[in-house]
Parts: sequence; C-alpha cells; structure tokens
Amino acid sequence: MNNVFVYCELEGSQVAEVSLELLTKGRKLANQLGVQLEAICAGYNLKEVGKQVFKFGVDKLHVFDAEGLFPYTSKPHTSILVNLFKQEKPQICLMGATVIGRDLGPRVSSALHSGLTADCTSLEIGSYDDKKSGKHYDNLLYQIRPAFGGNIVATIVNPENRPQMATVRSGVMKMEVLDENYKGETIIEDVAKFVPETDYVVKVIERHIEAAKNNLKGAPIIIAGGYGMGSKEGFDMLYDLAKEIHGEVGASRAAVDAGFAPHDLQIGQTGVTVRPKVYIACGISGAIQHVAGMKESGIIISINSDENAPINTIADYIINGTVEEVIPKMIKYYKQNSK
Amino acid sequence: MSLKIVVLAKQVPDTRNVGKDAMTPEGTVNRAALPAIFNPEDLNALEQALRLKDQNPGSTVSILTMGPGRAADVIREGLFRGADNGYLLSDRAFAGADTLATSYALATAIQKIGMPDVILGGRQAIDGDTAQVGPQVAEKLGLTQITYAEEILKCADGKVTVRRHIDGGVEVVEGPLPIVITVNGSAATCRPRNAKLLLKYKRAMAPMEMPENLSYADEYTKKPYLTLTQWSTTDIDADLQQCGLSGSPTKVKNVENIVFQAKESKTLTASDNDIDGLMKELLANHTIG
Repeated sequence: MNNVFVYCELEGSQVAEVSLELLTKGRKLANQLGVQLEAICAGYNLKEVGKQVFKFGVDKLHVFDAEGLFPYTSKPHTSILVNLFKQEKPQICLMGATVIGRDLGPRVSSALHSGLTADCTSLEIGSYDDKKSGKHYDNLLYQIRPAFGGNIVATIVNPENRPQMATVRSGVMKMEVLDENYKGETIIEDVAKFVPETDYVVKVIERHIEAAKNNLKGAPIIIAGGYGMGSKEGFDMLYDLAKEIHGEVGASRAAVDAGFAPHDLQIGQTGVTVRPKVYIACGISGAIQHVAGMKESGIIISINSDENAPINTIADYIINGTVEEVIPKMIKYYKQNSK
Repeated sequence: MSLKIVVLAKQVPDTRNVGKDAMTPEGTVNRAALPAIFNPEDLNALEQALRLKDQNPGSTVSILTMGPGRAADVIREGLFRGADNGYLLSDRAFAGADTLATSYALATAIQKIGMPDVILGGRQAIDGDTAQVGPQVAEKLGLTQITYAEEILKCADGKVTVRRHIDGGVEVVEGPLPIVITVNGSAATCRPRNAKLLLKYKRAMAPMEMPENLSYADEYTKKPYLTLTQWSTTDIDADLQQCGLSGSPTKVKNVENIVFQAKESKTLTASDNDIDGLMKELLANHTIG
C-alpha cells in the first residue's frame, strides 16, 4: 500500500533504459517518503527481468508473463495497471514518456480518475496548500514541466487522487545502480485474473524496429541547429563541423517543425535530453523547452546573430555572429590547430 | 459501407512562433500576442477522416471542439475542407479543465451525437503536448485505441488497419470498429480549402457568435446548415462535478517564467582571431579533439 510504482517498458525481454532511469528516481522518491519501490513488467518470456531491475533498488517486482502481452497493445496493459492499482493502491506511478507510456498512461488515469502529468522534467516531494479549500497536503509529488510551448515552467500536483501519475522522457533522469546484490521479491501474477479475454482486440500485423540512427544521448560533442539555420541545406554545414570534430548533430523543436531536421534529432523536453561535454547551439534562441533538454551540458557555446538570445545567458561562450560566417571558420581553425 | 466519423479538433495558440511579447512582464502568457490556429495534428486527423469519407460514399465527418465562441473557427475551417457538420461545446462550466475533464466532456458529447464508427483526433495539441485526450476519450467510451497513426490503410468489415509510428520504428495494427485513432504529425497533410465549400459555409456561425443585428438574417432561416450546433453542459447532460476545474484532479501549484541563472561567459565576435583563439582553447583543454 502507498508505495511508488514504476511501469517497466519492454522490447522483447529487455527492459527499456527509460524505465531503469525511472527506477533510479523512484527509489529516491520512495526513500524520501519512507515507502517501498515496486516495478511492473508485462510482456512475454520474462524470466530474466528480475536481474535487470532489482539492482536499482526494487523491493517488489510484479511479473505479467503471457503471449498476448508482447508486442504491447493498449487494452490488456491498461487492465493490468488498473486492476493492480485497485489492489495495491500506490501513491505514485511513473512511466516513460514514450509511445507506449503516452498510450497507456492516459487510459489508466482515465479509468482510475487520477491525474497524470506528461513529459515531466523534474519530480520532487513537497507540500501544497489549496487556497480554495484551505486544505494542507504534505508529501505530494511535484510534477514539474515546461508548458505552453516551453515558455513557462509549471508545477502540477494531484492533491486528492491516487496514484499521482507522471511520464518522463528518456534521458531526463539519470540511471544509477543502487546495489548489484539488492534483494527484492518477485511476484508472478496470474494474467487471466487481471486481463479479460475481450481485451485482446488489437492485432499487431507487422512490426519493424530499427536501431537508433544517431547517438545523441551519449554523444560527448553536440552541434545543434535552430530555426536560425534557415533551411534544411543550412544544416549541411553543421554535419560538416560534426564530422570534423566527431560530434553529433541535434536540432531545436523550431527547426524540426520547420522541416530543417528530422524529428529524431530533436533536443528538449519533447525530444531527447542530452548531457554532452560540449554543446554548440547554432541559431537557437533558447526556449525553456529546449533548454530543459541541454542545460546540464558541460560547456555551452552559443552562436547567434541576436546578442539577446535567451540561450546566451546560460552559455559559457557567446559568439555574436551568423552561423554562415562562424561555422566555416570553426572548421578551418579546428583543422589548423589540431594538426 | 458508410461511416460515421467524428474528428476531435482544438483551437490552440500558435506556440511554435513565440515572439518576445508572448509573455507579459508579470510572467503570464500574453494570449493576445499569439494567433489562434487549428491544432496542426488535428488537421492531419481531418485529412484521414476525409479520405475515409472519399472511399466510403455516404459517410459523414463531424468536427467536435470545445472552447469559447471563437473556437467555431475550427469548425468552419473543417467545413471549408470537406467536413459535413460540427459541434461546439461551450460553457463556463467547462473552463479550467485538465485533460481528464476535457475528455469527459468530449466523450459525453460523443454519446449525445451517437456512437461513431471512427473517432479521429491529433496525437496531441501544441499548447499542452500531453497526448492524453485521445486515449482518455477512448477509455471513457469503452473503446480501444490506435495512437500515433500515420495512415489508415484499410477500413472494411468492421475492422481498420493502421500504420503507426512506434519508438524506433513502425507497426501495422488491426483493430475493431468503433475505435479511437490519434494521428501523428508525420501523416499526410490536410487538403486545402475547397472554394465551393468556402462560399457555402463562410457565414456559418454558432449561436453565441451571432450579433444582435444579424445581417443576412433570413439566410440563416433558409439555410439551417449555417447555424452551427452549440452545446452547453445541460445540452449534453454532463455531470458538473466532472467538468472544468472541479473535474480536474491535477492542480497547477505555480507557474514560473524561468529566468536562467546567468553564468560567467566569454563574448566573442565572428572574427578570425576570436574563432582561432576559441578553437585553440578548446583543443588545449581537451574539450574537443
């Protein structure tokens, strides 16, 4: 009762990285609240999942192992969570802000009438005073996220309803093993008790998964382009620089929306969160939703013709100039000086 | 087979092109500075609906939206592009709704309209990016859902086949009608306005938009399709406890206009000298190279 739950996403029998990141965060929240951390794995052929999750400090692992549970479809996984939560009454439930988490989370929150906050960039525990009712609440989950196109940051709470649900993107929380030998309990659940046969209504006919085309998340050097790059062709020079200095190319949401760069390159709250050694922001103004995904970079270099671009306030180096002028010079002098 | 299709659409502030005047000095959103637009992914959803209608003669496409009077723009835009009719949910009691209260209102209105075969909507709206309303409407109606759809490949014999985006790839799935489908921005863009339909519907209005001295008043009597359906909480028999602020489990504790912690920084120009110096410095401390 009252524990912190993490829904673990599976690709085959492999637990997704985002879920392990959330177990790390969930463990910390559970410690703060003085409760246990429980994990849910629902899929097929899950004999090995315990090894993957217990070391993050999981006290209880609920395993739902049945053929129809992988690949994921909406209704069976919803029934698992809804019925398990009715029984276990968690106070917090975290899941990845992935395609699966964003398909599942809202359904579960609707069925339980509990609040859900999408794409949180920070989770904390704190108190809340409801001015209307005059009620005071302790130990609520602060679900913090940029809102309104990333121009403001909102702290959301769910005072009355449980579980307090939040989704978090991959890379936002750090993954840290707590103890390689952490001992938790595995509960093999009877799937049929949770999922009625009538839930298996969507059939997956075909499925193609490709390995990620880029390694933005782990890249030590990132060159990111914004709307200021002007065009798809404008991005070419970023690839040139990236090739030279062994970096990866990323993009702001504005650049992706404008069609200058593919969606999988998007850095920010609704894209990838990165922590490179060097982040070179090219023609990026720096909306909060972008900064949320790169502010923990080691060194930030901002190239912008607008010296008042918000991103300049967090930059270590501000280059007042156009990208067309600066990037070729960076390539030139990198070549010259690295010989 | 003719289909009854409902498209969930939202009027949103255009948060993609936020200028410096988008925030007031007090740190609140300056809505007046942001143009109101048809939520982009809802247009992708409308296109999928119109294609279903093209392929299944006799089908109807209805636009369902919730908002103030001016949200009727979304319905008109839908009519100009080929939708058959629209419903505007407008009532003070709907205000302040989070996604759950919104989906309650939409699901209740859909029951009032009569259960459609296909309910389509954008994957998410650009002012909230939550992607929650589609799945929550599905859950409230007891329907299954297909989210992140890129194309409806087939719709026949009470089943629909959809290609959808998943993390790192694509999936083709088949589900039973009735169903809720949310459409991704990577789906086909919406067809443009049709000149004939524009002429036909340009004076279409919801009752709450009509001025007291309505010009062309007799036109509205002759052409009933020019008066858009407008519903309040009472019209859809909504439980007020589940609407608006009181139906929203999430509360906004506070909203901050973030001021970045200024760092000590070096300011450079684009001169050869400055860039040369920077690259030397980065190489010297092994930041790059």
